[in-house]
Amino acid sequence: MDTARLNELKEIATEIRVGIIEAVYSASSGHPGGSLSIAEILTYLYFEEMRIDPKNPKWEDRDRFVLSKGHTSPGLYSVLAERGFFPKEELKNFRQADSFLQGHPDMKGTPGVDMTTGSLGLGFSAACGMALSAKIKGADYRTYAVLGDGESQEGQIWEAAMFAAHYKLDNLCAVLDFNGLQIDGAVVDVMNPTPLDEKFKAFGWHVISCCAHDFEGLERAFNEAKTVKNKPSIIIADSIKGKCVSYMENQAAWHGSAPNAEQYERAISDLRAL
Amino acid sequence: MAEKIATREAYGNALAEFGDRYDIVVLDADLAKATKTEIFKKKFPHRFFDCGIAEGNMISVAAGLAAAGQIPFASTFAMFAAGRAFEQIRNSIGYPHLNVKIGATHAGITVGEDGATHQCNEDIALMRTIPGMTIINPADAVEACAAVEAAILYNGPVYLRFGRMAVPVIFDSSYRFELGKGVKMADGTDLTIISTGIMVDMALTARDLLANEGISARVINIHTIKPLDTEIVINAAKETGAIVTAEEHSIIGGLGGAVCETLAESCPVPVCRVGINDTYGRSGKVPALLEIYGLTPAKIVEKAKTAIALKKA
Repeated sequence: MDTARLNELKEIATEIRVGIIEAVYSASSGHPGGSLSIAEILTYLYFEEMRIDPKNPKWEDRDRFVLSKGHTSPGLYSVLAERGFFPKEELKNFRQADSFLQGHPDMKGTPGVDMTTGSLGLGFSAACGMALSAKIKGADYRTYAVLGDGESQEGQIWEAAMFAAHYKLDNLCAVLDFNGLQIDGAVVDVMNPTPLDEKFKAFGWHVISCCAHDFEGLERAFNEAKTVKNKPSIIIADSIKGKCVSYMENQAAWHGSAPNAEQYERAISDLRAL
Repeated sequence: MAEKIATREAYGNALAEFGDRYDIVVLDADLAKATKTEIFKKKFPHRFFDCGIAEGNMISVAAGLAAAGQIPFASTFAMFAAGRAFEQIRNSIGYPHLNVKIGATHAGITVGEDGATHQCNEDIALMRTIPGMTIINPADAVEACAAVEAAILYNGPVYLRFGRMAVPVIFDSSYRFELGKGVKMADGTDLTIISTGIMVDMALTARDLLANEGISARVINIHTIKPLDTEIVINAAKETGAIVTAEEHSIIGGLGGAVCETLAESCPVPVCRVGINDTYGRSGKVPALLEIYGLTPAKIVEKAKTAIALKKA
């Protein structure tokens, strides 16, 4: 990746973070922490990696994306808006009764949302179904899913992990946002799911580790995943919850709460200083 | 004596038959021999996917398949579909209204010897609460086969309910199944027995028994419990003035519940319910269980007389 493109992607990631803060602030509710931690992952997927067409969101040959950790919808909506699936002004209507931007992703209402998610664990299985469908049809699209680390406490994650490896879904690439925090505190304190890399390896996956905030690392990771045959890949991405908003970083309290007016100004000023 | 075939057998045969005509895929959770999806698997091994004993994953995988344009049938026992995987059905399939067909076998008390843990008498109630869910509970093998094709041709989630036990075939090949339309099996004037599944045949027997006592009973078969054919139910209430519902399911929230809700708002008449009386099942031979839990023509007759007495009171 050349420096110019790298800088472009960084700027896009910042815009996505601004969109996240705008959405959550406008709604006075929502999940900023885990949205901010995946800003680079979403930027890379929607601006580099995936074969998509914002003008034709239901294009049959598009790559699929499932936000299995659906509560971080502000991140998804912000990247979809930035990519042109709908106007960015819509982010200010997030979670309002007359908006198509539901608290958790709704595939029927929101252009670009490929799967309805929100209840943890379910989206990962649905992504397996999409990848399996490509195998059945002989279609060459790929399916991407973003999971949470806390989400890996759901038993269904491991049911899906078994399924994907059993059916050799090498067209499936998961990304696990390892920010280390969930609502009740540190993931390892609430219910320790680690070592996640060894667990996924034991379940038959190709495991790649990288930093969630480094575009060149993400590029290497996604490229490596595409070379793997006969098994699914998972990128375990070490991230910082609340990344780039100083007072939100590494604070479990910002998992699911919205900034007030003063905090909003500070967040925007943090981001504009990047 | 009519030929007897289990509706699950008809389900497996129908999948195999329609696999030629329609691009369906079939999922199962280690019960393909029991759900009879194995019949499909033998014919179309590349369109059959065993998910192992992981029903929640199977349901959400089916949702992903449907989102990608497939027509998946996901099969397991009713207890592990509507029961264990309720939330996956509600959130992965129901809410986005995806084109998944849930083939739930071994519904109701006629599971028999396996007992209470496997006898699902709550599935219709659970599925009825999901907006947009279509629920079909066929009465015999002919209706089961027709229901499978109707489910394929309908774009949206369908819960198909099948039984373990071989039951009499009551329809012939001329039978025309119409999704959402009740079937008047026999006319009558004193009351109407509104039945579903294996109770349709018993309702017809009960009608004969009532006729011997000079009571004229209409019999209706409700194969599609949701959306309910409210017209045939309300007309029955208006024209006969008393209703008995009969189902192999809890009296709470199933066909009886649906009929009561409809009539309370539109045409209140006495309704007496035959079904599982808010209790768990138990192990036993099916005929013994049907007696113990009151799923018999004699119980329908008893409730019919109660309903008529209430009408006159």
